[in-house]
Amino acid sequence: MSERHSYLDAPHGLASWLLTKDHKRIAMLYLISITIFFAIGGLFALGIRLELMTPAGDLVSPDTYNKLFTLHGVIMIFFFLIPSIPATLGNFFIPIMCGTKDLAFPRINLLSWYLYVIGGTMGIAAVAFGGLDTGWTFYTPYSTQSSTTSVTIAAMAAFIAGFSSILTGFNFIVTIHRMRAPGLTWFRLPLFVWSHYATSLVMILGTPVIAITLVLVMAERTLGLPVFDPRVGGDPVLFQHLFWFYSHPAVYIMILPGMGVVSELVAAVSRKQIFGYAFVAFSSLAIAILGFLVWGHHLFVSSQSIYAGLVFSIISMLVAVPSAVKAFNWTATMYKGAITWESPTYWVIGFMGLFLIGGLTGLFLATMGLDIHLTDTYFVVAHFHYIMVGGAIMAFLGGVHFYWPKMTGKLYNEPLGKVSAVLVFVGFNMTFFPQFLLGYLGMPRRYHSYPPEFQVLNLASTGGATILGLGYGLCVVYLLYSLKWGKVAPANPWGAKGLEWERTQSPPTTFNFEEDPIIVTEPAYNYRPAGTVHHG
Amino acid sequence: MATEMDLLYGFIIAVCTFFAVLVSALVVYFTIKYRRQRPEDVGADIHGSLALELTWTFIPFVLALVMFAWGASLFFRLATPPANAMEIFVVGKQWMWKVQHPDGVREINEMHVPINRPIRITLGSEDVLHDYSIPAFRVKMDAVPGRLTTLWFEATTPGEYHIFCAEYCGTKHSGMIGKVIAMTPQDYQAWLAGGRSTGTAAQNGERLFADLACNTCHKPDATGRGPSLHGLFGNTVELADGRKVVADDNYLRESIMNSQAKVVKGYQGIMPAFQGMVSEENLMQLIAYIRTLKPAQPAPDAAGK
Amino acid sequence: MANGHESTMPGGHAATTHDAHTGQGHNVHGSHHPRLQHHFYNMDQQLEASTLGMWVFLVTEIMFFGGLFMAYIVYRYWYPDAWVSASNHLDVGLGALNTGVLIFSSLTMALAVRSAQVGSRMGQVVNLILTIMFGATFLVVKYFEYAAKFTTGKGHEDGTLIPGPTFSPSLPKAEQLFFALYFIMTGIHAAHMVVGIGIMLVILAMAWKGRFGPDYYGPVEVSGLYWHFVDIVWIFLFPLLYLLGAHFGGGH
Repeated sequence: MSERHSYLDAPHGLASWLLTKDHKRIAMLYLISITIFFAIGGLFALGIRLELMTPAGDLVSPDTYNKLFTLHGVIMIFFFLIPSIPATLGNFFIPIMCGTKDLAFPRINLLSWYLYVIGGTMGIAAVAFGGLDTGWTFYTPYSTQSSTTSVTIAAMAAFIAGFSSILTGFNFIVTIHRMRAPGLTWFRLPLFVWSHYATSLVMILGTPVIAITLVLVMAERTLGLPVFDPRVGGDPVLFQHLFWFYSHPAVYIMILPGMGVVSELVAAVSRKQIFGYAFVAFSSLAIAILGFLVWGHHLFVSSQSIYAGLVFSIISMLVAVPSAVKAFNWTATMYKGAITWESPTYWVIGFMGLFLIGGLTGLFLATMGLDIHLTDTYFVVAHFHYIMVGGAIMAFLGGVHFYWPKMTGKLYNEPLGKVSAVLVFVGFNMTFFPQFLLGYLGMPRRYHSYPPEFQVLNLASTGGATILGLGYGLCVVYLLYSLKWGKVAPANPWGAKGLEWERTQSPPTTFNFEEDPIIVTEPAYNYRPAGTVHHG
Repeated sequence: MATEMDLLYGFIIAVCTFFAVLVSALVVYFTIKYRRQRPEDVGADIHGSLALELTWTFIPFVLALVMFAWGASLFFRLATPPANAMEIFVVGKQWMWKVQHPDGVREINEMHVPINRPIRITLGSEDVLHDYSIPAFRVKMDAVPGRLTTLWFEATTPGEYHIFCAEYCGTKHSGMIGKVIAMTPQDYQAWLAGGRSTGTAAQNGERLFADLACNTCHKPDATGRGPSLHGLFGNTVELADGRKVVADDNYLRESIMNSQAKVVKGYQGIMPAFQGMVSEENLMQLIAYIRTLKPAQPAPDAAGK
Repeated sequence: MANGHESTMPGGHAATTHDAHTGQGHNVHGSHHPRLQHHFYNMDQQLEASTLGMWVFLVTEIMFFGGLFMAYIVYRYWYPDAWVSASNHLDVGLGALNTGVLIFSSLTMALAVRSAQVGSRMGQVVNLILTIMFGATFLVVKYFEYAAKFTTGKGHEDGTLIPGPTFSPSLPKAEQLFFALYFIMTGIHAAHMVVGIGIMLVILAMAWKGRFGPDYYGPVEVSGLYWHFVDIVWIFLFPLLYLLGAHFGGGH
């Protein structure tokens, strides 16, 4: 057995990590940083759920509560979910799945991490100096004229983090277009790459718009330049249009990579070609494109014109269809598969269940007449948590578990991998399902205190949050434990197909492959019984 | 209409439950039935099926269109108050709701209404975004500073119902709550009679019209420096730049607050802007008054002269 | 690991034994250009990647400015009169001068790229210096334009053109929106110019040292793309901000 010189060992030293150009090291740097922000955002969530155990606002002051939910949203969205899969698993595996040594622009990749860290630090500064109480949505005129918190610092933090996102997307696009290995045509790429490509399109087209919108908020607040000020004829609703033009596609930034991970997991745990590969690939693109045309469904009760609302409603219905297509294709993949009962399967099944509920509940909100009742209530809160936490985070954790042996060269405790999946699934449902009911009963969101009849459901929700937190905590514990004391992982512990499993070590060497160049002659997921002749 | 909304809600729940159960059951079933038997096993060599893809694209698409159509129809009706609706003016400000009945009775955070009568709320904000939400009636609408919005409902059962502010507005957002008290028409009249009235909205508006000296330029005929406002409300106005606009609530509001925005054809833009000098409530009272101004003579074209 | 460093080409021998596998241009036989980065097969791939990268980046810039243009369009539709009268407060002459300056700077930039492509060091240096000078001229003119807004002037004798408490009270309120957008749009554009000049200074230093030639001119080309983009943004800003008044109603 030759000596293992993986990307982790060589070169040594902190400086070699902080100045690295290796996409795998940058992925790990991101993994550490986003975990820290997830913990901070999670602490704020804990504060929220503790306060909401009782109807009266008796734990924290109203201003503090407003800061808790605002910062929970800002941190979770800008500093956890948006980078999560792309900056960790994407950075790590896109070059490998393309059969190449690194992303197109390794130094820009490192720059994107530093921008993320700078933005994140500014975010912490905003927390420390006055907090932020505008809601993560920064609606004007409250954010520009009324709030007395650190709006400008927080907006600047999100602005800088946005550039980190843009640079990641831009790197992926150029890499996928220009650096695929010989023989690796678009339709031989793993679906993980397709979904990250679609995500990258959204990142580069959408993020600049939130950037300029935040600039306008900062300009109005600090320089007094009135852009949304109704007193001179400005329009607060214009802010909402500009904000949601990015922030709706942003939710697709948050779910598309997860869908890519799920495609990989479903194929690997079933040892089967993804059913309807081309349909899944094109669905990713369809979601990305249609996702830019639906932002007005956040504005149905904001005085937007009815006719504009009609257009947004119908396109919102359409964007649900490609997601449904993917779900059906994943299910069909499992038919006549050879499905393992190891931990990644648990995470996949958990994702499917939660994503289904999350996606389907979007239909309620896209239906204009119903949205009047449901918007700005806990129904919306439940809906987006089902997708972003139930969907995206389960996919993220599923991916982390699945790729852990490859990225770290260690095996985690397999039974615990299943336990945490179950805890997360159960805890999640207990936390958020009651919130659908709360919303339909009329409980508005962002409420520090509430009428007593809503207490039982809120208590159930808080109880579930405890279990959910335990599930997450357990993951961190055994994953970290495995780094030091875990068994050494083989190159392909799951027996999966793919360049990352079949042609790299665990963990990979610095330049990924031993052969150079890699030549690809098979389609993705080319599972065949031993002895069959395959044709590419 | 709340019932119809609940019906639509039920329909979507049924569709969603069907698909959620179907897919989840299949996933769990396949995981069990097709469990890997030996470590080297692989799945069957199946790539796809165009027929299946088309089917499961088409069916959700059709269901989604049904939901859209039903929801859109409901929304249209919710956005169109009946002509005979009784109007109530509501102004949101941090952190209270100020309610004014057409005959002048004012309330804070409470709104008495008669049942079996459509009620149209004209909604404004004095500072930041708010949202007037009455979950029991399944209605809500943002109160946007700088403009007026409307919502309507018809209560059918006497009782008390929550009013919530449903657009985050700062510190006491969750304290900006109140109640709708729906009463039988007789009880409502009795309540009104007992209320302290400072005059109807239109009466207050008439007073303001004089106090703010609007009447020095806007005379009932065409002799003033400003156009006559008699018969203006609801008619089309031609502006100096050739555009034609309808003189609705928002037009009146804008012309008072930011008079240069739409100067009427044939007049100079000399009207002062009253931004900062009138509150949202005053605006509603002025608008209520202007609505009552009928044409001085039965002239066919009373607008824009 | 012996081949863990950037300077040696991993699998160095292997690379020369299979040519044109990607079909991305001819192979550089055996020898590797000193500027070839380790993860690219050859200079052609590197140039294509960096050019595509710059185009993708410019798309993000279009979206960035796009938000501002959207705000402009909405408010212009709502307040056409105020938009025209506000535009008339701007100095069309200076704006036109700046437009000419930028167009010429794009010409010299294109010539600088051409010089790099044919390997003319003098051509690159002269044209880059001219480009930088034109860019600086633009910024100086902008400074004078901005300075004039902070005081009273013709058409706004009772106040400044700075939105806020000092804004001329006799002007329509919506003009404050115009000027807010004016400062933000031209200000962000000017910031991009500053960045552009900084980039050009770096390119100039490299050109002076003779780094660029027919086999390696990528940085000059992609910097040129950026410069042209910043120019094009101004080509949109000038008529929308400055010429609007002249088109619809003349000056004061």
